[in-house]
Amino acid sequence: MGNAPIAVKHCLNYGALMGDSPWMPWLLQEKKGPDIHKFPDFVKIVEVGPRDGLQNEKEMVPTEVKIQLIDMLSQTGLSVIEATSFVSSKWVAQMADHTEVLRGINKLPHVRYPVLTPNLQGFQAAVEAGASEVAVFGSASETFSKRNINCSIEESMRRFEQVITAAKQAGIPVRGYVSCTLGCPYEGDIQPAQVKKVVKRLLELGCYEVSLGDTTGAGTAGSMAAMLRAVTTEVPVHALAVHCHDTYGQALANILTALQMGVSVVDSSVAGLGGCPYAKGAGGNVSTEDVVYMLHGLGIETGVDLSKVIEAGEFICQALNRPTSSKVAQATNKSKPSLSRSD
Amino acid sequence: LRPPLIRRWFSSFLNWKISLMQHHCRLSQRIFTASVSLSTTKPLPERVKIVEVGPRDGLQNEKTIVPAEVKIRLIDMLSEAGLPVIEATSFVSPKWVPQMADQEEVMRGIQRKPGVNYPVLTPNLKGYRAAVTAGAKEVAIFGAASELFSKKNINCSVEESLQRFEEVMKAAKQEGIPVRGYISCVLGCPYEGKVSPVKVAEVAKRLYSMGCYEISLGDTIGVGTPGGMAEMLEAVKKEVPIHALAVHCHDTYGQALANILVALQNGVSVVDSSVAGLGGCPYAQGASGNVATEDVIYMLNGLGIHTGVDLPKLMDAGSYICRSLNRRTSSKVAQATCKL
Repeated sequence: MGNAPIAVKHCLNYGALMGDSPWMPWLLQEKKGPDIHKFPDFVKIVEVGPRDGLQNEKEMVPTEVKIQLIDMLSQTGLSVIEATSFVSSKWVAQMADHTEVLRGINKLPHVRYPVLTPNLQGFQAAVEAGASEVAVFGSASETFSKRNINCSIEESMRRFEQVITAAKQAGIPVRGYVSCTLGCPYEGDIQPAQVKKVVKRLLELGCYEVSLGDTTGAGTAGSMAAMLRAVTTEVPVHALAVHCHDTYGQALANILTALQMGVSVVDSSVAGLGGCPYAKGAGGNVSTEDVVYMLHGLGIETGVDLSKVIEAGEFICQALNRPTSSKVAQATNKSKPSLSRSD
Repeated sequence: LRPPLIRRWFSSFLNWKISLMQHHCRLSQRIFTASVSLSTTKPLPERVKIVEVGPRDGLQNEKTIVPAEVKIRLIDMLSEAGLPVIEATSFVSPKWVPQMADQEEVMRGIQRKPGVNYPVLTPNLKGYRAAVTAGAKEVAIFGAASELFSKKNINCSVEESLQRFEEVMKAAKQEGIPVRGYISCVLGCPYEGKVSPVKVAEVAKRLYSMGCYEISLGDTIGVGTPGGMAEMLEAVKKEVPIHALAVHCHDTYGQALANILVALQNGVSVVDSSVAGLGGCPYAQGASGNVATEDVIYMLNGLGIHTGVDLPKLMDAGSYICRSLNRRTSSKVAQATCKL
């Protein structure tokens, strides 16, 4: 063994140690990490089309259309549908009808309809309009935070603390979002340790789940794995969700990687609604249809009826007068087996 | 009969010792793993060979007919981008595939970069002869994993189609010309639906034993998902060594990159792709077909896997051919970078 590095010798000794001393385990604390070769049996899909999707579409959509979209999505088996955002209408005109939408939708008993509440004012308006779950939106990048919501990460956390405290008192669960976890349009690379810091803070403040967003879509399977590895050293994987953007076509590969690392909550947007504000004309949110197709193909249950999601996607694309960004929808729409010769 | 205090001390001492060893083990794992591992027992390959099929498979499935000079320029730009294998054309009868009618002109017109291979499709002995006369140094044959697909497409069973290639194989062996094999419908057939991994393995074994140096497994209609890909590779690996396998994924249902990732995790290190995602799917009108080389390279770069490909030069080739075809690129990477 002479020339092998000390580390290797230790590894070999460790194995020998455990082998020779079968009484060892009951003395020690056995830590079982997540089994990364198995996929989860069930994945919860968080549908963000009506909020994150529509918010990033240029076409203004009338309230009735938003309500009908959400009602159609409620029939698909999705258990979480982000309905709207209680943000000031002067910042996000698309969400001006937030109260009307929340009051107008047909809330099914087994479906949750979280809404975004960037501050206490928004939270209070949301509760009055009947919200029973809210979400707050932080960033792993200081520059992005300052440019997007005009304050530092720390200041935003203080605002969220107010919302979360009020929500706790009202018995309302809060979901956290962290943007720029795999890269920032201004700062470029983001350190996984920084992401971990922000995620921990949100969980400590009281969020029940934190959704890790690849805001620019620049992340790859490699950077997703590195980020999750760092975050899960101090955060339980069951409290994490991934929110991948398909701007560089990497979303499904990134989601697959996240699933292999134990994540079992995935955000997606029907018809891939919501372009990327940082790359004009490029794609944004990953489409729910494509995600569900992959999950079902893997034998993972979602409770979602894919054909009904495709229908909801067709409806909103007609209303927006735009083609779907979902490849599954494109393929199934025009699919008539052609009997013409191929190669 | 150990008193509790001593046991507690002993236990915490051992815990400390073991955690030191585990720390050293983790460090040594990093020393011995060259490229990024997504899991501790499925390391990814350090290098992946990209087989660029845009000029043949891509253009063949595009409606707009493109003149020979444009094809030649495209192939030359792809050679400059560092791609190690570029499928140049197909020696098929022009009455079946008019896009490939200029096969000889293209073959003679391209600049052959040293170290780069330019295989061509040869559906029969006549095509093979024409290919070799035009200067081809590598050829490709194809079979299907679905009997119904074979019958509907080329009017004979899979076995009959492979027998027809025996003459090509014989001639190629004599002349020292390597032959690549393609199998279509490995993850699903537009007529049969589900395709058995055992059948794929059988056809792969046949092609390999006939003399093909590499077998490209094609998800022809793009319906495959990572689970199906893993299952199929498990079966094929039993008959053909993994280094001789390639994956040819279609992105019709958006699953291509996820399928390629799983293939890499299962030991595959050769990936077919098409610049700008050229080549729609003939079975789902308007839907996409081949996976875009740019998007594949982007993922492999992010995984620290070496390909030898220069992404900006590749994107130049992609925008060139899209302008000539008067169509938008199907590559998301190209769409994103152009508008930033």
